[in-house]
Amino acid sequence: MRVADLVTASVLLLVGGVVVFDAVGIGIGWGTDGPKSGFFPFWLGVLLVAACGLILVQAARRVDAKPFVRREQLGPVLKVLWPAVALVVLTLWLGLYVSAALYTGFYMRWIGRHSWLAVLAVAVLFPLATFFVFEKWFLVPMPKGPLEAWLGQ
Amino acid sequence: MGIENLFLGFQIAITPYNLFVAVIGITLGTIIGVLPGLGGANGVAILLPLTFTMPPTSAIILLTSLYWGALFGGAITSILFNIPGEPWSVATTFDGYPLARQGQGGQALTAAFTSSFVGALFSIVLITFFAPLLAEIALRFGPPEFFAIQLLTFSSFIGLGGGNPLKSLVSILLGFILSAVGLDIVTGQLRMTFGFVDLMKGFDFIVAVIGLFGIGEILISVEEGLSFHGVRTGMNLRVVLDTWRILPRYARTFVRGAFIGFWMGFKPGGATPASFMSYAFAKRFSRNPERFGKGELEGVVAPETAAHAAGVAAILPMITLGIPGSPTAAVMLGGLIIWGLQPGPLLFKEKPEFVWGLIASMYTGNVIGVLMVLAFVPLFAAILRIPFAILTPVIVVVCAVGSYAVHNNTIDIWYMVIFGVVGYVFKKLDYPLAPLVLALVLGDLAENALRQSLIMSQGSLAIFVARPISGAITSVAILFFALPVLTPWWRRLRGVPAVRRAAREI
Repeated sequence: MRVADLVTASVLLLVGGVVVFDAVGIGIGWGTDGPKSGFFPFWLGVLLVAACGLILVQAARRVDAKPFVRREQLGPVLKVLWPAVALVVLTLWLGLYVSAALYTGFYMRWIGRHSWLAVLAVAVLFPLATFFVFEKWFLVPMPKGPLEAWLGQ
Repeated sequence: MGIENLFLGFQIAITPYNLFVAVIGITLGTIIGVLPGLGGANGVAILLPLTFTMPPTSAIILLTSLYWGALFGGAITSILFNIPGEPWSVATTFDGYPLARQGQGGQALTAAFTSSFVGALFSIVLITFFAPLLAEIALRFGPPEFFAIQLLTFSSFIGLGGGNPLKSLVSILLGFILSAVGLDIVTGQLRMTFGFVDLMKGFDFIVAVIGLFGIGEILISVEEGLSFHGVRTGMNLRVVLDTWRILPRYARTFVRGAFIGFWMGFKPGGATPASFMSYAFAKRFSRNPERFGKGELEGVVAPETAAHAAGVAAILPMITLGIPGSPTAAVMLGGLIIWGLQPGPLLFKEKPEFVWGLIASMYTGNVIGVLMVLAFVPLFAAILRIPFAILTPVIVVVCAVGSYAVHNNTIDIWYMVIFGVVGYVFKKLDYPLAPLVLALVLGDLAENALRQSLIMSQGSLAIFVARPISGAITSVAILFFALPVLTPWWRRLRGVPAVRRAAREI
């Protein structure tokens, strides 16, 4: 926990520094019509740097042997995370509906070891249902890919 | 005059269409509340894009009904699955899950729903009477007063939120910083974009809510393995009636819980401390405190009453001041702005049918809600029996759909995943997420109030203390900010030995 605390606080401290840097560039003083654009972010950044500095001091002083995440905890977390990232990457190429079908099907087969029949049923019906609810019923368009183009949607 | 307005509101809320909307909202809300990773805040966020084509009053009825449903649904997972769907359901698990393990799940659920309903009703009645008064007062507010209220909002997270005050502060600052990214609408200047076109649009709070509370929550919950474990329960009319016969015994607990809930709830972040406080009080005043934590019905009644009362009370500052009391209320506030309504005290004058329709729908929504959950608990609990490998991808896809729908931009799905990881890390390191979301929503409003105040005073910060109302609010806010520093000092003054203090902290 201690190391994770130190790393997170350091990253946030850096973010604060970047904010201050950007704000100073825009101008933090008094413009022709009130405070300049950088005024508010500047003080936010300064406070963030100060608060993170204090957290760093706190964390550095503390003795804490508990790990941030145990190895057997990290496994399942990654097994949720990387397929989700894959879903986003696929969505850029294939559109949301096809990616959702592939993602759901893959996940069911890989983690759940469901029968191919169940996999096929859910992987087809769920994106179809999503399509009708969002695209047809509420008229909210989703990203589409080659399949939808081929179907003329 | 309040009664006539309420009557007007009921005429709007009881139209068949709006009742239908309420039923849909509660059904979806309960499902969302039951599903791990989804809760009131991100449920409302995902559905928000679907309301753009609806009339505003029906839209807010849908979203508030969803909120009530999610509050009810949270009790189901806490009691049957020992998974608190929301932070304020944690106290419900203490006695709810043991009761379910002993085969008393039906009793615990009935008690939880009834308590939720009583708590909610209490807060709604108070809102009916206080909201117009508060709006009337707020009409006289200028920018300094509004900025002072914002200060109070965020100071209460630091002073009363529990946890590490520095980390609360960091969350708040981060929320404000994220809200400042992109085009500054006042000066037309680009801020913190560093030449990236995608950053010009800034970060949308809806995406942040879905990522932080949705994806982040799933990542946390799978740490213990890729499955959910639940207790089966029998629920029928007989159990419900039998439980109702016992519940009047806890009348004091109900009243205490409702008061604690309302009082804590209209301040931001109040629901969680309210539920714990109510539980602690119930245990303290109980004749058999040793049974708490092992399956005492009163231990379910107390936190549920307070949490639901607080959840409803969070709507009060949202409709009267334009400042939400909870992350879910914050998302609704965002909805108000998208529907073209200006949140704040003027709403009562300009859109009475909206405000009173909303208030009346809170009565109807909670009545429908409690009846529906009591009737359909087995159905809702069955959702969690859907295998993990189906539920998880479905939830992730729904989250992605909700994020994309906000601006029709795929970058938002990326942001969602990133916010998910941030949410996971923050949650593990005890950085509170609610203040971050609230700051992200209120960022522009707060900055404008600050700017206008400074223009009024020509740059002097004294304006916040010189005006009577803002002076009073600012003083309380400063007190809250100072509380984490003052408390240890005060304890030392009273002579609490340092050793004991250190022992307690460990």
